Amino acid sequence: MATLTHQESATAEHLVVTDGARKTFLAIIITGVVIMVLGILASVLGWGAAEHTEAAGHTAAAANGAAHEGGPIWLKRLIISLWHSNLFFLGVSTVGTVFMAINYVAYAGWSVMVKRIAEALSAWVIPGGVIMLIVFLVGRHDIFHWTHEGIMEKGNANYDAIIAGKSGFLNLPFYVIRMVSYLVIWGAFSWKLRQLSLKEDLLGGTYWFHKSITASALFLVLYAVTSSMSAWDWVMSVDPHWFSTLFGWYVFASWWVSGIAAIALTAIFLKQAGYLRALTSSHLHDLGKLMFGFSIFWTYVWFSQFMLIWYANLPEEAVYFNQRLGGFDGRYTGMFYFNIAINFVFPFLGLMTRDAKRQMIVMKIVAIAILIGHWSDFYLMLMPGTLKGENGFLIEIGVAAIFLGAFLILFTRRLASASLVPVNHPFLDESIHHTT
Amino acid sequence: MTKQFALGIFEDEDVLLHAVENVRAAGVKIHDVFSPYPVHGIDDALGIERSRLPIAAFFFGMTGLAFSLWLQIYMLGFDWPMIIGGKPHISLPAFVPVSFELTVFFTCHGMAITFFIISGLYPRFKVPVMDVRATDDKFVMAIELDETSSQLPRLTQLLRENGASEVNQKEMTQN
Repeated sequence: MATLTHQESATAEHLVVTDGARKTFLAIIITGVVIMVLGILASVLGWGAAEHTEAAGHTAAAANGAAHEGGPIWLKRLIISLWHSNLFFLGVSTVGTVFMAINYVAYAGWSVMVKRIAEALSAWVIPGGVIMLIVFLVGRHDIFHWTHEGIMEKGNANYDAIIAGKSGFLNLPFYVIRMVSYLVIWGAFSWKLRQLSLKEDLLGGTYWFHKSITASALFLVLYAVTSSMSAWDWVMSVDPHWFSTLFGWYVFASWWVSGIAAIALTAIFLKQAGYLRALTSSHLHDLGKLMFGFSIFWTYVWFSQFMLIWYANLPEEAVYFNQRLGGFDGRYTGMFYFNIAINFVFPFLGLMTRDAKRQMIVMKIVAIAILIGHWSDFYLMLMPGTLKGENGFLIEIGVAAIFLGAFLILFTRRLASASLVPVNHPFLDESIHHTT
Repeated sequence: MTKQFALGIFEDEDVLLHAVENVRAAGVKIHDVFSPYPVHGIDDALGIERSRLPIAAFFFGMTGLAFSLWLQIYMLGFDWPMIIGGKPHISLPAFVPVSFELTVFFTCHGMAITFFIISGLYPRFKVPVMDVRATDDKFVMAIELDETSSQLPRLTQLLRENGASEVNQKEMTQN
């Protein structure tokens, strides 16, 4: 009968980031650095790779010599894993703004309780965008085959007719212009919606709410285009011969479900630390439904891509799955199945019942699994096309931990900089009394 | 068999919700509440147990999945094997869309039919309706009376005190 009792109206709650939490974030970064250094050492000294090179013999060595254009393999791995982890965290961060914008446009009331979490997620958009630009400008030759010298010049030793045919889209100036415009759009709207929300806290009234709806509607249209295009640019173009028309949706689905998992996970951590007093299991239930539903959506998109390519079996398309299923001595095969298990089977079975979605511990485990799973999904999108048979995990996990720590520092700082409850939001009461 | 009901008619959903709480607190068992649209929180207020329909849904889904797999494996693998796209006769990725669709088909039809049966919403000539205004703009709370209707005066007072605009007595034929 919780619905009928009149709760006191929610008041402002201010998050205090404890020293312990700060130390934990730093510890995550330091652990990441240690793992990364270990990974680099392992790569330089050739631990565990010795028998592999011997077995492969001369042909592999010759092929490697041709594929590498200067630069040791550890540096290449480092640059690609910076790109990979940043791509994941930037996507999750932007999804915070997208989540908020969708809820504004839909006039949704229930989500007001977690709105500030979504808002704070976007704290990474600008730092992430800057890192992305720097990594691209410094390390593009290691990530993108199409940026190689002379690959689009007829008569050059590197000439590749297929890639040359895409030069209208995949050329450096246009690519950088596109990249900057995605980042500017995402950053500007994240900033704008945040400012409107803070003004609403301060001044009250429905003016800010209506302005936010206008900004959100515009942002969603732009995001629909930019998210798809950024997926082609940032992820699909590492395999410049290959293409898939629904790749944009696939990447978006991955980002989106991870973003919702991040929001749910933060809400649970805050609730368990004694914040968000008005957050009930009903809010968790709704977040759980979204996680459940969009895990299935991701699978739907994933399978739509897989089945058509598998059925048609055209060489230029099937190469993508050849590399991942059994290619490079089967080094990605295990991960390929793990990807489906953790991103589809586990959330599907784990969150199927109503009780599971309303229990913090189950939601926590599934949210963490989804975040790890979609980080691995990006790994699987990027590594076979860039590192071929020379991928590894230590450097990549180390870099991911560094990103996680840095992300958490900025995220919690923004969470702490305003009330956790948007006190003047017109739908706040609806959210407090939300029942499912 | 006929039964006697006291019907409290309410004009407003909030009044109804509080009345439901108070009437139950006074120890009266409510037979059912009829409303023109779903009222938030009414299930909790009436103390209605959660539906077991999802369990039925799971088994309908399983039936659909099993049926679709049998259908495709038997037809394409044994009864009339055909080579399609050079794939094996029984190739599971190709069966996924049909399996998915039939699972959903069985689940939703099974659930809807089960719901109609357990709610007594099957077609019949004479439909028992407590008060037709519950399909328009009134909220109706039905309380079962004993054969002599001796509690009616007390119930009338209780319902009136809790905001009922009128209290009627109605005889219903139950099958």
